[in-house]
Amino acid sequence: MTDSPDLAEKVLGLLKEKVGGDVVLTVDSDIVADTGLDSVSVMDLVMEIEDEFDVTIPLDRMATVKTVKDMAGVIETVQQ
Amino acid sequence: MKLEERFAEVEQRLQPLKAIGRNPGSMMFDSIVSPTVGILDGLEVLLFGTNNYLGMTFDPACIDASVEATRNYGVGTTGSRVANGTYGPHKALERRVAAFYGRRGAIVFSTGYSANLGTICGLAGQGDQILIDADSHASIYDACRMSGAEIIRFRHNSAADLEKKLRRLEGRDGIKLVVTEGIFSMLGDSAPLAEISAVTRNAGPGVYLLVDEAHSLGVLGENGRGKCEAEGVEDDVDFIVGTFSKSVGCVGGFCVSNIEGFDALRLLSRPYMFTASMTPGTAAAAEEGFRQMQENPARFQRLMRNAEALYAGLAKRGFDLGPEPSPVVAVKCPDAPRAVMLWNQLIDAGLYTNIAIPPATPNALSLLRVSVSAAHSSGQIARAMDILERTAAGLGIIEPSERATPELVAEGDVENTSRTMAQPRIADTVESRTKAAV
Repeated sequence: MTDSPDLAEKVLGLLKEKVGGDVVLTVDSDIVADTGLDSVSVMDLVMEIEDEFDVTIPLDRMATVKTVKDMAGVIETVQQ
Repeated sequence: MKLEERFAEVEQRLQPLKAIGRNPGSMMFDSIVSPTVGILDGLEVLLFGTNNYLGMTFDPACIDASVEATRNYGVGTTGSRVANGTYGPHKALERRVAAFYGRRGAIVFSTGYSANLGTICGLAGQGDQILIDADSHASIYDACRMSGAEIIRFRHNSAADLEKKLRRLEGRDGIKLVVTEGIFSMLGDSAPLAEISAVTRNAGPGVYLLVDEAHSLGVLGENGRGKCEAEGVEDDVDFIVGTFSKSVGCVGGFCVSNIEGFDALRLLSRPYMFTASMTPGTAAAAEEGFRQMQENPARFQRLMRNAEALYAGLAKRGFDLGPEPSPVVAVKCPDAPRAVMLWNQLIDAGLYTNIAIPPATPNALSLLRVSVSAAHSSGQIARAMDILERTAAGLGIIEPSERATPELVAEGDVENTSRTMAQPRIADTVESRTKAAV
């Protein structure tokens, strides 16, 4: 979970680009359950996030990520 | 959730596939006639989905070696080498593989999967970092998870992304292990090893490179040593992993290295220590397979000629293919249902291939994975292309051609091959055909 709304909004923007269509998504959306993305697509999203924020997100850090906010929280951690 | 419900969910997910036709995960062959022909549910099919790149499965010398070792040592070892000891065929195979690669050490494993598992999780653990190509095989992903190391993916075949990610790790303690593959199994594309090895070398001490040559052993390089040999970077690659289950025609895997003390990996590797070792028969067959690769490099040339013929022929017919010719020719389909329909109809028409659909594929591609062998005759390849063209055109995957049965080769070419099994010295006949083809 993150306290930075900007970060979460940016992640949400990337997720929306990935999912496309008419799916309504928020920062509390579940990245898998609410989008229908498969595991490979989620991993691709992680790479796009890495490029966007110039960070590396180790795969094992993804175990705790469910929502967009969780993802933003991991980005904050690896930025430190 | 009850386990029964979980099983039911799997079955439910399979239903759309089953509604179209066969279940790709449970195909039953009545018999295997030769490296290139099988009988599937009573249908004679050309085998273009086997990874049997050099057609070694019926090689008479491999069969003889396997039978002799089985008679001498028994059908199994009933335990791991750490507990039950090493048998002659294990040692002979390790010497042969090390000599083939010109490396100081070789360790063999019971499968290719466990070779990756055993090597990677033996080399890196907690506090270390493993950097893997994003399109790596499942065995590499599983090995990373098992290792307890930090797992970092770099973009597929991107040395620039690898460099960026290595730079971010500068100053971090622990071993850094970079892992990629020679030829990737889904699209048949190969890694830019010259760039990747340069980036790894420039990252300094403590950074190691491992290349999985499962699909490139016996395929690339003048001596069949794989993509590392083809790109002239063998000295910069610390570990080469491979399998005996593709070009070598049986089952098992290995890792070779020049690193001092490499043998200690055996005691760092749980998948080596806690699995029954290769059966004496498979170890002896694999050793003979390697001997033949050393003595008959013409097979590699024949294989690449076949791969190029299939790739060029399918491209000419309008198929959307993987990025480069290799023995794995990936035919891209517009969607999963049509890929499944194509795969089914090809079997009905006498052609067996592999199907790969999301989430098992990169970029959510739906693929028909067509693998070619040195044992395929040019007639069989032409026939396979003809069946593919007619079937795919019927499904709207390619534009229909006006050509009538182009380059269609005599049925006899296939039938002659299939008859070889009816004779007492089957393998001799098949081999003589293979050699004639080479």
